[in-house]
Amino acid sequence: MEIVYVYVKKRSEFGKQCNFSDRQAELHIDIPPNPELAEQFMERNPVDTGIQCSTSMSEHEANTERFEMETRGVNHVEGGWPKDVNPLELEQTIRFRKKVEKDENYINTIMQLGLIMEHCVKQNNAIDIYQEYFDDEDAVEVTEEAPSAKTINVFRDPQEIKRSATHLSWHPDGNRKLAVAYSCLNFQRAPEGMSHDSYIWDLGEGRTGSGRDSRREGPGQEGWEEPSSPLVTLEYNPKDSHVLLGGCYNGQIACWDTRKGSLVAELSTIEFSHRDPVYGTIWLQSKTGTECFSASTDGQVMWWDIRKLSEPTEVVIMDITRKEQLQNALGAISLEFESTLPTKFMVGTEQGIVISCNRKAKTQAEKIVCTFPGHHGPVYALQRNPFYPKNFLTVGDWTARIWSEESRESSIMWTKYHMAYLSDGAWSPVRPAVFFTTKMDGTLDIWDFVFKQCDPALSLKIFERETRREKILEARHREMRLKEKGKAEGREEEPREEEVSINLEELVAKAEEEFFNVIYSEMKRKETEALRKPTEVRAWGGARMGGGKAWH
Amino acid sequence: EVEETLKRIQSHKGVIGTMVVNAEGIPIRTTLDNSTTVQYAGLLHQLTMKARSTVRDIDPQNDLTFLRIRSKKHEIMVAPDKEYLLIVIQNPCE
Repeated sequence: MEIVYVYVKKRSEFGKQCNFSDRQAELHIDIPPNPELAEQFMERNPVDTGIQCSTSMSEHEANTERFEMETRGVNHVEGGWPKDVNPLELEQTIRFRKKVEKDENYINTIMQLGLIMEHCVKQNNAIDIYQEYFDDEDAVEVTEEAPSAKTINVFRDPQEIKRSATHLSWHPDGNRKLAVAYSCLNFQRAPEGMSHDSYIWDLGEGRTGSGRDSRREGPGQEGWEEPSSPLVTLEYNPKDSHVLLGGCYNGQIACWDTRKGSLVAELSTIEFSHRDPVYGTIWLQSKTGTECFSASTDGQVMWWDIRKLSEPTEVVIMDITRKEQLQNALGAISLEFESTLPTKFMVGTEQGIVISCNRKAKTQAEKIVCTFPGHHGPVYALQRNPFYPKNFLTVGDWTARIWSEESRESSIMWTKYHMAYLSDGAWSPVRPAVFFTTKMDGTLDIWDFVFKQCDPALSLKIFERETRREKILEARHREMRLKEKGKAEGREEEPREEEVSINLEELVAKAEEEFFNVIYSEMKRKETEALRKPTEVRAWGGARMGGGKAWH
Repeated sequence: EVEETLKRIQSHKGVIGTMVVNAEGIPIRTTLDNSTTVQYAGLLHQLTMKARSTVRDIDPQNDLTFLRIRSKKHEIMVAPDKEYLLIVIQNPCE
């Protein structure tokens, strides 16, 4: 729409001075709003608009001129002499050097460095510190031979009624003498007239000597007084090798001196002794060398001084509830004491718990330090590892377990559940990871934990040999009997016996000689009965650690 | 006493040469000829610096006390300091 306003001016008035004057506003054009136009538009509500409140910036690139760089080595021919010194002139350099040498800092520094340097120079002169001390190839010790064991000696109970060997103790000085305690542990099933003797066996000169050659001596033998009750345990005194301590089946403690001969040196009074068989006796390390302690299934551990065995010096009741109630006490089956830890001792109980006790505790309740549960049956053997006293071995129910004193909840290692009950165990005194266990079926297992953990390294059947020997003895005996009667059938027996003897020639030779003696003395009695009894008792005895046999 | 110390070091068994070099590479004292000395000085100085900076990078509280370079023929021992370097070349007896 074009708005035009025309005003007129005369020609003659061009260039004339303008006279401004006020006048009223005049309305020239009035344009009313036209609603029709509004229809051409659409209302927009809301309206989105973007706004930004910031400084406005712009981007710009620039590139400088490249500077060329190169890495080069510099070969110094002459040192960095200061400007005033001309390196070529000897005089100046010497003067400079002298000046430096006079500097105090220089002197101190050189003294210090000199010391260090001298040390290293001397070190170099002393030994070659970079020498190869160990060869590169790793010398892996591979034992070619499979582990094996050989019977060296067999010691049999010379008594007519065979008993089982319940405890062994080696002589503390050489390994020549062995004290063996014999008793029958089946409750009240000891046959009438069973001897209560126990023996000391001397291994004799030759290592392959048969049991018959070795001399034997001991309480109850040839002038030795018989103890009133069979001995369950027997121990040599490690300090005084002539003194022996024995624990009896009736709960008493007895003491012998081999120099004094036959008489029992001391016997504890019945009133103050244990009420059950004494299963563990150990000598203690003391200045006098006369202290010992004993444990029994009546739940008590007693300390004795052998000079005065009428009364124990101290009694501790194995009550883990710490109330010292004898009714709650656990019966002790095995006892352990290590002379390197003199205040602590451990007791293995019939209930399968091992109790660790502190001897030096003030109150009775504090004596019991901690318990190690884990076995389902009586803990028959308990021994600390001679190399690592913090670890100990327990043998009970169908497993052998290794424990660490720190972990009290359970054992750290255990063998799998065997088919037969485990009866005894011991560590090897020379090799830290080797231990022996025996089972009720007559096997001796040698475990080497470094070599193999799941199975024993070597397993030896003692029982089987026993039965074989029994068969041989039977066969021989029958043969002798028949020969005496002068019947031709005796010859038929011989080839059978020879068959068996091919396998165990040595044993047969030994058995033969021994058996001749037995035959002649038993000729009048009923032979079959006599053979059956030793089979039974000896079978059980064979399973006890070293029962009837000595191993090297 | 400086003389004594250096003489003593030099007289030890197996020592081939001893030298004292300052931070700029100028040999102050040496028992070897000049060119060898200068060569040793320059090279060992750099190496010592590098070694020192390595030690300090790993642990800023630490510092280099001694540097030993064993080669087939002999052993070079460097005792560094702020200003000077004491260098000894020894033939260790095997």
